[in-house]
Amino acid sequence: MTATPIDIVAWFVYLLAAVMFVMGLHFMNSPKTARKGNQISATGMVFAVIMAFVHLFVKGFISTTAVIVLVVGILIGAVAGVASAKKVKMTDMPQLVSVFNTVGGGAAALVALNDILTNEQLPTLVVLITAGLGIMIGSVTFTGSLIAAGKLQGVKFVKNLKLSGKSFWNVLFILLTVAAFVMLCVQPEQRLLWSVLTTVFALCYGLVFVIPIGGADMPVVISVLNACTGTAVAMSGLAIDNVALIVAGALVGAAGVTLSILMAQAMNRPLLSVLAGGFGGDNAAGGDDGVTGTMKETSADDVAVQLVYAQKVIFVPGFGLAMAQAQRELADLGELLKSRGVEVAYAIHPVAGRMPGHMNVLLAEANVPYEELVDLDDINPQFPTATISLVVGANDVTNPAARRPGTPVSGMPILDVDKSQNVVVIKRGRGKGYAGIENELYFNDNTQMLFGDAKKELQAIIASVKELIA
Amino acid sequence: MPDLVVSITLFVLALLIGIEVIGKVPATLHTPLMSGANSIHGIVIVGVVIVAAEAHTPLAYVFIFLAAVLGTMNVVGGYVVTDRMLEMFKSSKPSKKDQKEGDK
Repeated sequence: MTATPIDIVAWFVYLLAAVMFVMGLHFMNSPKTARKGNQISATGMVFAVIMAFVHLFVKGFISTTAVIVLVVGILIGAVAGVASAKKVKMTDMPQLVSVFNTVGGGAAALVALNDILTNEQLPTLVVLITAGLGIMIGSVTFTGSLIAAGKLQGVKFVKNLKLSGKSFWNVLFILLTVAAFVMLCVQPEQRLLWSVLTTVFALCYGLVFVIPIGGADMPVVISVLNACTGTAVAMSGLAIDNVALIVAGALVGAAGVTLSILMAQAMNRPLLSVLAGGFGGDNAAGGDDGVTGTMKETSADDVAVQLVYAQKVIFVPGFGLAMAQAQRELADLGELLKSRGVEVAYAIHPVAGRMPGHMNVLLAEANVPYEELVDLDDINPQFPTATISLVVGANDVTNPAARRPGTPVSGMPILDVDKSQNVVVIKRGRGKGYAGIENELYFNDNTQMLFGDAKKELQAIIASVKELIA
Repeated sequence: MPDLVVSITLFVLALLIGIEVIGKVPATLHTPLMSGANSIHGIVIVGVVIVAAEAHTPLAYVFIFLAAVLGTMNVVGGYVVTDRMLEMFKSSKPSKKDQKEGDK
């Protein structure tokens, strides 16, 4: 391959784009600079795409139809992308990220497929391996993310999907996918057959991989699938020998892997066990051991009195807050209390919500300054000084049973809510958490329960706080 | 072959840089980080443009059209929604500063 000047220019522009992606991610290390970081990254992307088009027109192309098809596709994609990004509710972010994963993985698989199938010459072994990997990983991500998005959105059909004998199906489709991939490398003359089979089997594996995994484990799954998309893009980059794809794909892969490991640590479960699925849910294996006593119910008015005369209040939001869309109410209550001179903080557990950092985004949307959002390690020493902790829709991450061995949540780092002077829990019903066990916190002497929809109960509390203050 | 060796080297080094940079991102920003990283893999659109140069069969047209729609949706949507999120992250400090300045 001889490099023409335009190839060299292109190389450097792609390198510049890669540098800008790294800078963009680097600026994400503080909320102050994060927005600038994202803009730098987007600018790099614009450079790379413009360069690709310049390259296309300078070096020439075989068919005008292809270019028209390309441009029309890009326009449709851009409109769809902007529309979904502008419309989405912040509570639905996990689904959207998952959808973008789906389309990214799909695109990577298509680029790789195209590279193998539409060349007249026999592809080299290198191309076969890298493109094959791109097809495999991209296809798994495509169906896997689609199922994940469906589960997060609560689509009934997807939620009700059950898979018996999941280990069998998982192993079967892994073996079939790998076999088809190996055949593709061995028998490139039959590349149409083998690449299509690789694609189909990998698509099936994506389905059986994600279907058995429960909703609350989705943060880890999304993160893993994100890593997969990144890797698929990098593999497609290796196949078509493009530096921008390789570097960008590797960056995303690294981000996904790092976040997945962090998430798994926050749940104290090995990453592989999370991905094996089948945790929690309906198989509530008799977790009543050691839980005695009764829950004390309270009223919104009573909670309001306690809050107004408190010195320090810690809010503990969980997925229930997102479900009830009650983030604004919680923030309003926080503002009211602050205006009374009450010290307010928000305790954020790393796996609260449906994706890493989900609570932070929701509360940021409700204008809570990020300094008030305190993570696990920093907030735990503060609980003993809190007059009252208000738990809104969080369950397993507050269960003191995690400190003892022998329960499904054992060893999981929890928020030490039970150590605060008083605890109020707003909860929809008496049901158990994702781990399928009772929360011992609810039976403590200093805990009061407020049963109801988080949004309505918070509104009621706000109303009576206002009365008290007035 | 050397081409591939160089490419794999790039891949591994980029992975290491990624792990290093991502490790420093605070938990507060993990959602925007993920969606930002998500938009970065929209770079696949560059790959789509490149392969379009060689395309001349109906099958290839279909691939390119689908890949262009999916890839662009990924990249454009990803950056827009990440920006929307990051715009919401506000500090209490500047507002205090404003107040102080207002008091004076």
